Amino acid sequence: MSLGLYVHVPFCQSKCFYCDFASNLDLAWMAAWRQALLTEIALVQDQDWPQPFDTLYLGGGTPSLLSGEVLGAIFSHLQGYFVFTTDVEITLEANPDDVTPEKLALWRKLGVNRLSLGVQSLQDAELRWLGRRHDAAQARRALEMAREAGIANLSVDLMYALPGQSEADWLATLRDVLAYEPEHLSCYQLTVAEQTPLGKKVARGELTLPGEEEQRRLFLTTSEFLESQGYSHYEISNFARGQRYFSRHNSKYWQHSPYLGLGPAAHSFDGRVRRWNVRAVEAYCRSLSAGQAPVTGVEVLSDSQLHLEALALGLRTRRGLALRVLDHFPEAQKVLAEFCEAGLLQVQQGRVCPTREGLVVADSLALMLSG
Amino acid sequence: MPNIRNFSIIAHIDHGKSTLADRLIQRTGMVGVREFRDQLLDTMDIERERGITIKSNTITLPYKAKDGQEYSLNLIDTPGHVDFSYEVSRALASCEGVLLVVDASQGVQAQTLANLYLAMEHDLTIIPVLNKIDLPSADVEMVKDQIDRELGLDPDEAILCSAKEGIGIDEVLEAVVKRIPAPGGSPAQPLSALIFDAHYDPYRGVIVSFRVFDGVLRAGDAIRFMSNNAVYKVEEVGIFGLQRQPVKELSAGMVGYLIAGIKTVADTRVGDTITLDARPASAPLPGFKEVKPVVFSSIYPVAADEYQSLVDALEKYKLNDAALVYSKDSSVALGQGFRCGFLGLLHLDIVQERLEREYDQSLIMTMPSVRYEFLLTDGTTVAVDNPALYPDPARIKKGFEPYIRADIIIPERYMGAVMKLCLERRGVNATFSYPSPGRIEIRVEMPLAEVLYDFYDRLKTVTQGYGSFDYELIDYRESDLVKLDILVNGEKVDALSAIVFKDRARDWGVRICERLKEEIPRQQFKIAIQGAVGGKIISRSTISAFRKDVTAKCYGGDITRKRKLLEKQKKGKKRLKMVGNVMIPQSAFVAVLRSETDD
Repeated sequence: MSLGLYVHVPFCQSKCFYCDFASNLDLAWMAAWRQALLTEIALVQDQDWPQPFDTLYLGGGTPSLLSGEVLGAIFSHLQGYFVFTTDVEITLEANPDDVTPEKLALWRKLGVNRLSLGVQSLQDAELRWLGRRHDAAQARRALEMAREAGIANLSVDLMYALPGQSEADWLATLRDVLAYEPEHLSCYQLTVAEQTPLGKKVARGELTLPGEEEQRRLFLTTSEFLESQGYSHYEISNFARGQRYFSRHNSKYWQHSPYLGLGPAAHSFDGRVRRWNVRAVEAYCRSLSAGQAPVTGVEVLSDSQLHLEALALGLRTRRGLALRVLDHFPEAQKVLAEFCEAGLLQVQQGRVCPTREGLVVADSLALMLSG
Repeated sequence: MPNIRNFSIIAHIDHGKSTLADRLIQRTGMVGVREFRDQLLDTMDIERERGITIKSNTITLPYKAKDGQEYSLNLIDTPGHVDFSYEVSRALASCEGVLLVVDASQGVQAQTLANLYLAMEHDLTIIPVLNKIDLPSADVEMVKDQIDRELGLDPDEAILCSAKEGIGIDEVLEAVVKRIPAPGGSPAQPLSALIFDAHYDPYRGVIVSFRVFDGVLRAGDAIRFMSNNAVYKVEEVGIFGLQRQPVKELSAGMVGYLIAGIKTVADTRVGDTITLDARPASAPLPGFKEVKPVVFSSIYPVAADEYQSLVDALEKYKLNDAALVYSKDSSVALGQGFRCGFLGLLHLDIVQERLEREYDQSLIMTMPSVRYEFLLTDGTTVAVDNPALYPDPARIKKGFEPYIRADIIIPERYMGAVMKLCLERRGVNATFSYPSPGRIEIRVEMPLAEVLYDFYDRLKTVTQGYGSFDYELIDYRESDLVKLDILVNGEKVDALSAIVFKDRARDWGVRICERLKEEIPRQQFKIAIQGAVGGKIISRSTISAFRKDVTAKCYGGDITRKRKLLEKQKKGKKRLKMVGNVMIPQSAFVAVLRSETDD
């Protein structure tokens, strides 16, 4: 399998209520970041990454707020230094409020062939609550424009299990989104990170999230509904209209394949060594302007760590993991038999795969199988 | 030996024994102020934390008395708990006198009496010391009255003191010199010395503490332990300063130590007599007995792969604790482990805590049990201290369990509550005495099994801390005993089984089921917890199924964070035990033992 390439665009116009990703609101850093990124590309090029790359993923932050000039410079630099396969999957994450016909044309011209649109919801009240900059109408327009621009692989990000959201509210959003026939959907249950405004509100008891039982029901309903609509529930939070629309880039994470990450907070993995860059944009720029790699952490994974990751990552996907991975865990066979009987796992063609019920408790499955 | 005095300090817990010992050491100039630490004699962390003495330490204090003469005062420290009463008795047998410390605000308590009786058995000179007279709540007249009425001692001889404030320390030292007789014995007689303690030193082997009654012991002598005729060559003899101080010889009346290449403390017996191989004493000193465990529990490593480490830790621990006995045990739920015998619950606690703290073990201990006896239909009697060995009920003719005589002293107003507690615990034949106005002494016979579990905690609760308790084993009595099994999803968790009195089985079953319900994490399926006697379910509780993981996104390839979380959980899970398909955390095994008053 070929290598994946990730570029982190750490800028946002505003910070969402729930978000704990690496992002920076000070757009004044944009020029320095761009320069630093170009330097990093040149630096990394000297390392022995087994090219070509067959995916390029621009994530954030908000990559859609980059100007044509900045984006053009990055793309031409990448193409100058790296080799890509002819069928490379190029994904760009976009916020609906940034989407215009001009930008869409630009992205297509640069080679973006997969757009991941951060719709989150098609209910205005929910969007306001999440602290998003767009409303439902803007999201709909963005979906329409993407289709009109000829984006043939459209992915939509949605969030559910929000406080006060009924199952009917959620299904209404889903149905509305399906009208645009996205090739791919990522449906994330709201998760609470402590250091976010959301986390603090929850800690103070000012907000109550749906209970475990409610979350479980919503998860299963989502899975059943989307599968009935022709989507394959191929990873805990991800659905695609057939295998060719599985996210090739994200699958590398779940399949433990190598990837190179550029930009602040980006992680790289070569099959044995994982390294990650500093999170703060300022530190990232400072390091690269001194000609230093912005790497802040490196870990060489032991065999047992690799096995543990392979197990945990494999169980996030319906594809599961090769049975032989379990040979590394002394108690796994016994537990496997129990979980198969409980209908949480199944063994097929030499692989252990979680069932839909199994995906609900994927983390626990990994924990228990790991002995 | 006119210039030697051998004495101990005895007291009820918390009455200030260790503080007084520290003060005596300080006053005789043994320790500079800078090196002085509170409770100098209590060297183990646990002792400092709990304020009790587990392992006794002995020290020789050089003292220049008011008569102008130099004295050697041998302060023989004693363990301060009923579990170690035999060790206390051997320490007292090595003395000519004791300081009986009584807290001036709390007065005479159960252990004060128990200690007094022990001292009287050895014909010791008893010097009453009223401690903590500086406290606003001190009532010197009331306590003097108790000393007169309850202890039968002359209250005018009591020394008023505050060890904490350093008041009365000189008077105590002078009284030791003046009132306690010098030791007798003759250096010309064959050697006869009493072992009252032994501890293990990793560099020197066993350090034996003893008191010489007759004869002389020198380095190079070949000695013999009279209980087993084991012979050793003495490498070193000495006295206890703050460190060990080698001397040329120890003769009649002296207290000191010897080192003789002895490998474990189990090779020595507290209470044994040391004599010379070449010229043995005609008879051993009186009072020797083998200490027998009365409380039993199994120890398992939390993770199966830590078994070898536990084996090593127990072997090392045992070097220093002759009272612990253990043998291999195994459990379906917990794997390979050891069945251990302890002198009592405190001893059990200490062993567990030291293994965890000093030997870095993660342990699961099972429900403590006493040693039951069963008369079988074939006429034979079996002793059973492990529920796993409970005989086939069809073969049991009669069961027997050990009884104690509990001695409880309380302010009169708590009488009702305490009697209720004693009756709940199957107390019988209660007798009452009124040692002094407002106070009651209750003597009551109870099954030992009934005090194993939280009796002392409950007593303290119902008496608001004013109740004191002491006990001794008396006999075995017939009892209707059954085996209570705990089933988790239909699988018997053998480590949670217990032999219980039939009429108490249901209460136990309910309590354990409720405790387990709180402790076992929810899993993917419903979990049924049941208590059963002979296949009949007598209690149950249910844990509903685990329903949903919050599976976070691995954003931007940050899988390390995810794995670290998993590794952390996995480490926690090492402390879980699979029983059938249910994971039971270590804490559940501990929780069923925890008293409700701990919560």
